[in-house]
Amino acid sequence: MLAKRIIPCLDVTDGRVVKGIKYVNHVDAGDPVEQAAEYDRQGADELVFLDITASLEHRQIMLDIVGRVAETIFIPFTVGGGIRSIDDIRQVLLAGADKISVMTAGILSPDIINEGAQRFGSQCIVCAIDAQRVPRKDRDDSDLALAPEEDIQWKVWTHGGHEPTDVDALDWAVEATERGAGELLVTSMDADGTRAGYDIELLRRISERVTVPVIASGGAGNVEHMYQALTAGKADAVLAASIFHFGEYTVGQVKQELADRGVTVRL
Amino acid sequence: MGNLGSVEKALQYVGCAPVITSSPRQLEEASGIVLPGVGAFDDCMQGLRDRGLLNPLRELIAGGKPYLGICLGLQMLFERSQEGQESGLGIFPGQVVRFDHELKIPQIGWNQVWPNQPVPHLAGINPGSWFYFVHSYYVQPADKSIVATTTEYGYEFCSAVHQDNVFACQFHPEKSQSAGLKLLENFKQLTEASPPSERDERE
Repeated sequence: MLAKRIIPCLDVTDGRVVKGIKYVNHVDAGDPVEQAAEYDRQGADELVFLDITASLEHRQIMLDIVGRVAETIFIPFTVGGGIRSIDDIRQVLLAGADKISVMTAGILSPDIINEGAQRFGSQCIVCAIDAQRVPRKDRDDSDLALAPEEDIQWKVWTHGGHEPTDVDALDWAVEATERGAGELLVTSMDADGTRAGYDIELLRRISERVTVPVIASGGAGNVEHMYQALTAGKADAVLAASIFHFGEYTVGQVKQELADRGVTVRL
Repeated sequence: MGNLGSVEKALQYVGCAPVITSSPRQLEEASGIVLPGVGAFDDCMQGLRDRGLLNPLRELIAGGKPYLGICLGLQMLFERSQEGQESGLGIFPGQVVRFDHELKIPQIGWNQVWPNQPVPHLAGINPGSWFYFVHSYYVQPADKSIVATTTEYGYEFCSAVHQDNVFACQFHPEKSQSAGLKLLENFKQLTEASPPSERDERE
């Protein structure tokens, strides 16, 4: 059976990991290649590198890191952040990444998804969606958590969660896959950073409307949250950062706990 | 294309000296051939034809050169694919079909590989080891005796074939961590056991 995937996410700026795994095997917490190798040893199924500065001068540093990671670990990895053009996609893939993720460019010029999928294959185009809960127009409920499910909708944000749009997240998820995205990386902006759990309703609704895998992101604080995302949320994979960075769990511990609860994982 | 770089790096890691080439001459001189492939069936077949590689590949495979096919490098060995109009290499009778079930397509992620027969490429790899898959189509060999491994996704499908000097798999050894590296290492040993033919040396 296909295993559910556990994917650590590494935020990189200026060639350094922002929040590295601490106190584990004397790994240099800031070195993306050492961090990647450590996650690989722990049993990560895949890695995501998010270039959170993504300025032009840092592009080359990121490409060098991608090349070194590709020589060191032999599991799939995705690079996202600041990918704006087909040429950006080509450079990152040539450097050794298996997949790229687009977010802002996907909304501003969605043809990048079609063209990227056509040239490089859907399997390497991940569409990242940052979604935030909003009340439907005809409703001014302040407490969305208590609103009936059918009265919630989600809007897409761009620019790393800094710019709101009027795009409906569920509609965009469907459109992105029709355009050729091979996977969706769905981040709840409401849950991100809270460590209080993924937005299960968002995940479930998107997962039920698309045929491609959905990667859950934003809000993981413990294994129970991951379990919920993979079962009730119908996600195919879970992405997490803090839970691993702070050394509370290793990837192996998370996978063992999930396996004990009946989730198929690669052990 | 797509995963050429990954395959090259993984082969280097296990001690091979891979050369990326589209020259029939270099293929002939090589001690083994690896044909990876991600993308569409027709694009890959056209790419091989445009570079004049269809017949050289058929001849070298028939001549006993160790061959490792990955993903489309497996699918192209068959006669035809539901994905495209082009004919495949036709080394094996059978066709390539799309998954027909309620699960997500493509299959993306790690799944277990169960050997159907002893195959030197899988030496030292435990039955049920996890490999990384990315695909919507799979092969249906007419001759079941070439099925080397099976995998379960909605139902059981053929995830690798083996016959003589040919091993080809739907999964990606270059992205399958230690199990994948072991497979590549086994392939390297098989290429070393089978030096280029005498014909090459005379030319």
